Amino acid sequence: MSPVDFYGKQFSSRLLIGTALYPSPAIMQQVIRASGAEIVTVSLRRESSGGRIGNAFWDLIRELGVGVLPNTAGCRSVREAVTTAQLARELFETAWIKLEVIGDDETLQPDLVGLVEAAAVLIKDGFQVFPYCTEDLTVAQRLRDLGCRVIMPWAAPIGSARGIVNRDALKLLRARLPEVALVVDAGLGAPSHAADALELGYDAVLLNTAIAKAGDPVAMAKAFRLAVEAGRAAHQAGLMGARDFASPSTPIVGTPFWHAVS
Amino acid sequence: MLVTVNGERKEIAAGNLTGLLGEMEFEGRHMAIAVNYRVVPRLRWAKTALNDGDQIEILTPRQGG
Repeated sequence: MSPVDFYGKQFSSRLLIGTALYPSPAIMQQVIRASGAEIVTVSLRRESSGGRIGNAFWDLIRELGVGVLPNTAGCRSVREAVTTAQLARELFETAWIKLEVIGDDETLQPDLVGLVEAAAVLIKDGFQVFPYCTEDLTVAQRLRDLGCRVIMPWAAPIGSARGIVNRDALKLLRARLPEVALVVDAGLGAPSHAADALELGYDAVLLNTAIAKAGDPVAMAKAFRLAVEAGRAAHQAGLMGARDFASPSTPIVGTPFWHAVS
Repeated sequence: MLVTVNGERKEIAAGNLTGLLGEMEFEGRHMAIAVNYRVVPRLRWAKTALNDGDQIEILTPRQGG
C-alpha cells in the first residue's frame, strides 16, 4: 500500500486509533499491535493521584513505539484549546495536535468558528494542526489556507457508529482539496464504513469506540486493518461508477435461441 | 497562600511550582503545568514563583480518542 504523508512524515498504515475505552490496558496494547496503527491519539487530564496513573499509561504507550497525536478533547473555548495544545506539546514533545473545539454537548459537534480561530493561533505558534471538523467545505478551505496540511472531517457524531452520513459533502471535500491529507475522524462503527471512506479517496481514518467497544476488540482491530487496506486498494484500482440501469456481464453475442423464429 | 489547583481551591505553603509538586506528592517525570493559562516549561518550575489567586493546572498523559 502506498504510504500516507502527514506533515512530511510517511506512514504505511492508514488506520489511526484512539487509546480510550478499552476493557484493560493489556487489551489496549494488543489492539494497537493488531491494528497495525503507527499513530495513536492520547489526551492529557488533571490527576489526583500524584501523577501515577498518567505515568503508568504513558509507559504502556512508549513500549509500543508508535507515534502519538495528542488531542484537545473536551475543550470548549479557543483559550482552553490553545493552552491544552501548548501543554500537550510540553508533555508529549510533539508539534502535532488533534485540535478539537467542542461547540455542542449533545452532538459533540465542533465549534467551527472557534476551530478556525484556534488553528490560526496554533499554526503561528509552530504547531502542525490536525483539525477535527464537520464536512463543511468553506471551513475546510479556511483551515487549508491557514496552513493545515491534514484535515479531519467527521463521518457522523463521535461514538455514534453511523458511518458516513453526508456522503456527497465528503466527496466534494475530497475533490476540492486534493493537496490536503483528509482523514475521516469520528462516527465510524464498522469496518465497511472505514473501507467506504478509503474508497472515496480519503487518505486515512481515525477511530476509537468501534474497536474499543467491540465484543472482541483485538479481532475487530484486525478487521478494521483489513478493511482499510481493502478500501485503499479499491480506490487505487479505480472503482466503476454507479448506474441507474442494468448492463449484462455475460456476452449478448452468441446467446442461444437469439432471434430464433418460432 | 490561596491558589486553585486543578479546579480546587487550596491553601499551600510552597512558593514555587517545584515546591507545590512536592507538597502535593506528585511523582514521575511526565506532567505539564500551566499557571493562569500560560504553560510553564519544566526548566522554569523551580524559578516560577506562585501568587495568591493563581490558577494552576497540572496535567498528565491519559487515554484519548
